[in-house]
Amino acid sequence: MSLDSKIPSGPIAQKWDKHRFDMKLVNPANKRKYSVIVVGSGLAGGSAAASLAELGYNVSCFCFQDSPRRAHSIAAQGGINAAKNYQNDGDSVYRLFYDTIKGGDFRAREANVYRLAQVSAEIIDQCVAQGVPFAREYGGTLANRSFGGAQVSRTFYARGQTGQQLLLGAYSALSRQIGLGKVKMYNRSEMLDLVVVNGQAKGIIVRDLVTGKITRHSADAVVLGTGGYSNVYYLSTNAQACNVTAAWRAARKGAYFANPCYTQIHPTCIPVHGDHQSKLTLMSESLRNDGRVWVPKRKEDCGKKPSDIPEDARDYYLERKYPSFGNLAPRDISSRSAKEACDDGRGVGPGGRGVYLDFADAIKRLGRKTIEDRYGNLFQMYEKITGENAYEQPMRIYPALHYTMGGLWVDYNLMSNLPGLFVIGEANFSDHGANRLGASALMQGLADGYFVLPYTIGNYLAQQKEKAPSTDHPEFVKAEQEVHDRLNKLMSIKGKRSPNSFHHELGHLMWENVGMGRNEKGLKEALAKIPQIREEFWKNLNVLGDKEDLNNALERAGRVADFLEFAELLTLDALERKESCGGHFREEYQMPDGEAKRDDENFAYVAAWEFKGVGQAPVLHKEPLVYEEVHMSTRSYK
Amino acid sequence: MSTSNSMTFNIRIWRQKNAKTPGKLVEYKLDGISPDMSFLEMLDQLNERLYAKGEEPVAFDHDCREGICGMCSLNVNGIPHGPDSQVTICQTHMRIFKDGQTITIEPWRSTAFPVIKDCVVDRSAFDRIIQAGGFVSVNTGGTPDANALPISKEIADLAMDAAACIGCGACVAACKNSSALLFVSAKASQLNLLPQGKAEKDRRVLKMVEAMDKEGFGACTNTNSCEAVCPKGIPVTFIAQLNRDYAWAMLKGAAAEPKATVGGA
Ligand SMILES: Cc1cc2nc3c(=O)[nH]c(=O)nc-3n(C[C@H](O)[C@H](O)[C@H](O)COP(=O)(O)OP(=O)(O)OC[C@H]3O[C@@H](n4cnc5c(N)ncnc54)[C@H](O)[C@@H]3O)c2cc1C
Ligand code: FES
Repeated sequence: MSLDSKIPSGPIAQKWDKHRFDMKLVNPANKRKYSVIVVGSGLAGGSAAASLAELGYNVSCFCFQDSPRRAHSIAAQGGINAAKNYQNDGDSVYRLFYDTIKGGDFRAREANVYRLAQVSAEIIDQCVAQGVPFAREYGGTLANRSFGGAQVSRTFYARGQTGQQLLLGAYSALSRQIGLGKVKMYNRSEMLDLVVVNGQAKGIIVRDLVTGKITRHSADAVVLGTGGYSNVYYLSTNAQACNVTAAWRAARKGAYFANPCYTQIHPTCIPVHGDHQSKLTLMSESLRNDGRVWVPKRKEDCGKKPSDIPEDARDYYLERKYPSFGNLAPRDISSRSAKEACDDGRGVGPGGRGVYLDFADAIKRLGRKTIEDRYGNLFQMYEKITGENAYEQPMRIYPALHYTMGGLWVDYNLMSNLPGLFVIGEANFSDHGANRLGASALMQGLADGYFVLPYTIGNYLAQQKEKAPSTDHPEFVKAEQEVHDRLNKLMSIKGKRSPNSFHHELGHLMWENVGMGRNEKGLKEALAKIPQIREEFWKNLNVLGDKEDLNNALERAGRVADFLEFAELLTLDALERKESCGGHFREEYQMPDGEAKRDDENFAYVAAWEFKGVGQAPVLHKEPLVYEEVHMSTRSYK
Repeated sequence: MSTSNSMTFNIRIWRQKNAKTPGKLVEYKLDGISPDMSFLEMLDQLNERLYAKGEEPVAFDHDCREGICGMCSLNVNGIPHGPDSQVTICQTHMRIFKDGQTITIEPWRSTAFPVIKDCVVDRSAFDRIIQAGGFVSVNTGGTPDANALPISKEIADLAMDAAACIGCGACVAACKNSSALLFVSAKASQLNLLPQGKAEKDRRVLKMVEAMDKEGFGACTNTNSCEAVCPKGIPVTFIAQLNRDYAWAMLKGAAAEPKATVGGA
């Protein structure tokens, strides 16, 4: 199958308008005849489900939490970008587009990114109309802050809880449609397979997590807004239950998985403190607006109290290496610099895996009250976790897995290569290339859900001649049987190890070998080990409890089983991409000064992988990245 | 950051197979706990040990583990979210407990939140209250420019104070009457305070209160125990606000409208 990205012709600024005009529309009176399944209730899924129902479609929405309001989007702290130019500092749609393409190290699709920047302003209008309490100035207008990778101030925020407030906005719109009977909501329900009928995605198989009941759901189209796969690394800033199952099940049914090796490591997280740790906590990047990152110049000073290390013995390495962006250098660069400093033996805190994020200057300049207003909840969170007061001593931070740019391949319409399967939010691959800029995931999730998918799905539905298949169709029967078989298998191994122990083992391997710095030897080693862990899993797993009850261990086992297949693809993609770009850093490909060395001649493509069976080599399809608007340059933040 | 000094606890935790079977407190001895562990990591340890013995692990709700999703919901030594102030139980760390202490862990207790299994309860009643009126009736698209309507910083900040609610239900669990008024008033106040939400203020208040009563939550008798346990420090002044808004809406006789027209389609 060839990959057609369906990018509309014409000048970039007119593509989306023209496309909206060219697309087929579903007559308003006919919309209620179409049904759409939306898996996910985060920013992407929640906003899509609400908007589709407002348009008149019959929507079923699924999430595995006990309420749609608890999707992982709730945890986003820092903010959301939009090209409003409210600060009159020279921002524009074009600048946001350019920053995003450059931030993504020229590995994203131009047309999609331009559209994202175009609709960004509308998102803010929409959220304000819903009652999202964004931060404001005394004059009553909206306030902004700066985020990494940008020299303008275009980030809107609601204290340190922007994701929460945006999600509660989408949740309230969704709730309104549930109340009106236009959306049927399934909480504590997990999609365990995609059903494909005559080459088109037409339904899903779902397990009710409370009763264990398996049900079939059919629709005219299926939308996945199921989030990212950072938890393949076990320790990440993601919520505990985030997983790759929905996307991976779709990949097994024929949807291509694009750029799985593009993972983002966030520079400002609380360092790991022990083996028992279950997650890593992010300290929002917005802290880098006022905090200064440093380590001691000399190794001997690492054990000293930070206040005992004089100014001239400190290395403010980001300011030194990247004078024009300083502490606001993009995430991939900041993370790698922290790793370098620690590899050099100048890390601080237990195990030497930490750097300082220091607010002393900002407090002196702006007063403690201002810092408290801006970041109070983050400082409180830091203190609860570490027992240290960051007003009085610098925070200690270290990079951690945070976001995944890769995801299911989609065309300009956000439809995968499987017709009828749409993928939105973090679950798709399209907008962030090899590195995502801060505050752009929230923007993308809501752009997809409110302003892109509701149009593009209409174009697909308008062309559907046949009604959605009955759930008695043999493909549904077969898919349900496979789900039962797999659950029975997981329950019946009765080995010795818990699902968690396998997840832990896999995550450790991924972090060590497929983490911040990757090389051929390490990647090959991982490719040899992952199948061994998988084999041991299917031999020695033990799932206690019943299949017909709430069973956290069984849920976990299914997710870990999928991670164990998916991890192999991620690693293979990292091995095949013999260049460094964005979050993908191959140690063999670097400049003399340690910066990433991209290879546009050979790798300016999207790697879209076709599943061929567990343990079988997947097939690589390449979508060439053609830059008509911007010139591919070497990224410089110096 | 000491991981060497390990602690021992006597854990008494609620075990209940499912909604139909009665439950009871079961005791476990748990050693080797580091003071730097979070409370839920301590429970992970307990579960791994149970696992090793072939005993089914304890079910409890959790997801973000950073105090924002509102999923975790444990009553610890009789206090929703435990003894640490203004944090959820997932953000509580073992260093605040005494070595050797007995820790009693139970699910939220309220007829509106039936137990599903062990420490997991059903809080869908909260969703139904929001579905009844916890929104601004605006469709996607066609909204005015975000700066078209200036909102004073004080009002925006106050609305944000209310909006900080994570919907965990600790307020209900702490209340001897199982009142949901802190939750309802926080959502209603957020929207009622803002100019965007004013147009349907009366209807919102009436609808949400009606839904709340239908779910079987009790009446508020001003004991303020909800405020005391709220991990986000939501103050009871919002309850007073809601009571005023409710009285005003009743006075105006804004009777609940026929279902078909609520909010439009
Ligand atoms: C700590 C943290 C802070 C962040 N801060 C920012 C920030 O400041 N700015 C920014 O732009 N981005 C930020 N991000 C990134 C951003 O939050 C996410 O990328 C984004 O919210 C993802 O939204 P989503 O809708 O795609 O997926 P999610 O919010 O993850 O939602 C996934 C949904 O899918 C459901 N689901 C998944 N699988 C299944 C299944 N098999 N069956 C049924 N349901 C399923 C889940 O229940 C959930 O409802 C942050 C991320 C983290 C981890
Ligand atoms: S687990 Fe999310 S608030 Fe505790």
